[in-house]
Amino acid sequence: MTEQQIPAPLAEIIDDFQAMEEPDRLQLLLEFSRSLPELPEHLADHPELFEQVVECQSPLFLTLELGDAPEQPVEIFFSAPPEAPTTRGFAAVLHEGLNGLPADEILAVPDDMPDQLGLTRAITPLRMRGMAAMLARIKRQITDARSAA
Amino acid sequence: MPVAAESNEKFAAYADPERLVSTEWLAANLDNESLVVVESDEDILLYETGHIPGAVKIDWHTDLNDPVARDYVDGAGFAKLMSSKGISRDSTVVIYGDKSNWWAAYALWVFTLFGHEDVRLLDGGRDKWIAEGRDLTTEVPQPGSTDYPVIERNDEPIRAYLSDVLAHFGKPLIDVRSPEEYSGQRTTMPAYPEEGALRGGHIPSAASVPWARAAAEDGTFRSRDELEAIYKAEAGLKEGDDVVAYCRIGERSSHTWFVLKHLLGFENVRNYDGSWTEWGNAVRVPIVKGSEPGDAPAPRR
Repeated sequence: MTEQQIPAPLAEIIDDFQAMEEPDRLQLLLEFSRSLPELPEHLADHPELFEQVVECQSPLFLTLELGDAPEQPVEIFFSAPPEAPTTRGFAAVLHEGLNGLPADEILAVPDDMPDQLGLTRAITPLRMRGMAAMLARIKRQITDARSAA
Repeated sequence: MPVAAESNEKFAAYADPERLVSTEWLAANLDNESLVVVESDEDILLYETGHIPGAVKIDWHTDLNDPVARDYVDGAGFAKLMSSKGISRDSTVVIYGDKSNWWAAYALWVFTLFGHEDVRLLDGGRDKWIAEGRDLTTEVPQPGSTDYPVIERNDEPIRAYLSDVLAHFGKPLIDVRSPEEYSGQRTTMPAYPEEGALRGGHIPSAASVPWARAAAEDGTFRSRDELEAIYKAEAGLKEGDDVVAYCRIGERSSHTWFVLKHLLGFENVRNYDGSWTEWGNAVRVPIVKGSEPGDAPAPRR
């Protein structure tokens, strides 16, 4: 079992959310939703390469690419429609906080990390579960990719 | 003062034509000072990405639900909310939202619990307004507060509790969830999060009519004739029936409640908002699994 730890870029985002009042936190999540990167060309037309996160309220698809050992940096790709800003916001937080980090660092992120954003009251616990599910699936895909290698 | 209702051929066929407005009508009436437009969505950030000019936002979870008890806000809470949104007791309120007005219908049902008289839905909702390329803005209005009176909720005519449903057996029930939830294969909507029901299936004798069947491709309500075919010919409802509709937490069944009450004119329709998250967790209530409705048990009083 890896020791649980939140990587610095993600910890910084959590601090930003925590420093705000609730309405501003929602505004920040909205800004994140706008910053979710477009899919690169080699993935854009290949829905079959993505896994749907069925726990999310709106369609969200994710896939990842594992880099070379020993660090095995992880590239994460999300796809979600513009009419799902909350889901896009969650995805963008995880993207900015985790993308490109070594696999072990991502696996060490605690599963209840989404609760630390301080959005649970406004967003509802139910919807926060969608974000927890994204994180869980990222971790599982990393583990699967490693065992397949 | 209430704003004059829209009259057109499609709406005229419904039982309460004044409960709907079209996108054209709304666009032409946006400047009317007696009108307040309310957006109510499932996605809590959707309004902020752009909304109908002048529209205020009401969130089903943070605005309409009590933060502690599983219940709606009380009279004082509702009055405070209305006042903060610039809504007076005699305002004409037009509600619209995402997903074929699913959450908008839920908000309308809650307005009805408080007896707000003139509350209407935008036929086709947010998607139709956007599909037609109509104006959107991110500017959030800052309405002056009103002195909305404290009106206590009157649940009885349109809201059913678990005990009411047990006493209702023998009269029609409509289950508006997906076929998978109805049969008990799953306890949440396909592709939706698990909301924790311990048992799957449906309330005995309930007819299955997934809520979205009442909506056409463009999110507008189906015509009176089409709705009659679905709810009467197919689901077996008869003129004068006393009907209870339910889903998972009472949101989708608000949409069906609106259809039965205001479009088809059933006088006695109640929404069981406890729905499957209550029934599927309750001790010793009857449940039927599979795609057949099953027999109604004896009513319990």
